[in-house]
Amino acid sequence: MSYYFAIIGTQDNPLFEYEFGTSKQGGDGMARFTEQARQLNQFIIHSSLDIVEEVQWTNGQMYLKLVDRFFTSYISCFLTASNIKFLLLHQPPSSSSSSSALPHPSSSASASTPSLISSSHHHPPSSTSVIPSLSTLTGGSNSSTSTLTGGTSRTSTSIAANPTSPQTEEAIRNFFAEVYENYVKAIMSPFYRTNMEIRSPVFRARVAAAGRKYL
Amino acid sequence: MSNHLPAGAGNGGGGGRAGDSGLRYPSNGKTIYHRPLNRTKTAELSKAAFAYLFAEMVSYAQRRVTGIQELEKRLNLQGHPIGLKLLDLLLFREPPRTQLRPLNIIALLHFIKINVWTHLFGRQADRLEKSSNPDTPDEFMIIDNEPLVNAYISVPKEMSQLNCAAFAAGIIEGVCDGAGFPARVTAHTVGDTGGSGSNNGSGGGTGADGGRGEGGEMWPGRTVFLVKFQPEVLEREALIGAKS
Repeated sequence: MSYYFAIIGTQDNPLFEYEFGTSKQGGDGMARFTEQARQLNQFIIHSSLDIVEEVQWTNGQMYLKLVDRFFTSYISCFLTASNIKFLLLHQPPSSSSSSSALPHPSSSASASTPSLISSSHHHPPSSTSVIPSLSTLTGGSNSSTSTLTGGTSRTSTSIAANPTSPQTEEAIRNFFAEVYENYVKAIMSPFYRTNMEIRSPVFRARVAAAGRKYL
Repeated sequence: MSNHLPAGAGNGGGGGRAGDSGLRYPSNGKTIYHRPLNRTKTAELSKAAFAYLFAEMVSYAQRRVTGIQELEKRLNLQGHPIGLKLLDLLLFREPPRTQLRPLNIIALLHFIKINVWTHLFGRQADRLEKSSNPDTPDEFMIIDNEPLVNAYISVPKEMSQLNCAAFAAGIIEGVCDGAGFPARVTAHTVGDTGGSGSNNGSGGGTGADGGRGEGGEMWPGRTVFLVKFQPEVLEREALIGAKS
């Protein structure tokens, strides 16, 4: 699963954006968007703002859940009291594996096949010639072996496979809640005015940590 | 290769690159993100310190202004960003069940009367009224019998029109604007409406005027915050009301 998270201000202006991948089921936390998809993501997010503005007056909740869908991209929204929109675009891995190049098929195969250990030993040598950053890739697949052999997680109930399941909804709610807390802290700065871009590296690190923790 | 793309996509980089951005941490390493947003009930600020600071704010706003209107406007502007931030902070502190964005004018005004006032002044505002005049359905009034901001401000006679609660009005305006209810908020001393200008003083209130006379005598500093919403707010209110 790949994620694209953006905070949109009251003038539909972006305040913050961050791309990441899942860290569950041995994901390495890297987004698997293709170069084209990454540029498209911004448009998808932007177009869903219209729907957010329709929903926002019918429901007083801050978490508006899934608001929009564009092919395989799902958009969840969280709306703060002062009309700042948190938008999270999430894309299940099946779609990105068809479009992205080499690194993905190996990782998705290792996540789904039961005979995992043999496959993960087979794959890295074959990809060595193509992918320069081998160390991170083997690191990722190693951690996936440890979680999967524990037998705790199944792909069918995972967040990654079901973008519309209640578990996913809850995970995203937790993610948004944590980001919201940090956002409120960010605006507490006396030097911050509404609609200013959030540049703090501490904030970015906190968002990344929330992503690793819940998604 | 793909591993490096997301890091480059952002414009700030991770926390580890804090040194590159020229950001300087405090010596104890605690940034604003390390401090809790929830305060205990007893965490109150000294009234004397507030009075001193507020007096300075008023005299600062008074510099190079040409009239009372401009002075009140400056006080209003000082309060506005506070309101914008309070809205998010106070809703964050609400328990999750009641953490609802205000969707209509009444909910918003109740939020101001109860949550904002309690946070700022330690008690609720005294009254909430809707304008009885059918020509101005967009006007609402929040009434405070003795605003804390005016407690230690003595207004000179020649400036009797001035009400320094314009600062609190600015806070209200910030809350309204932030919640998506653009409004114009002004503070008025109630004694002004019927009596002479001398009613504003601390010893005033002798010029009783009909229905309001009693209140004017009991609360010489009673202030009305007149909230005038923009026409589009009422338009939306009617639409939402028709739907539900």
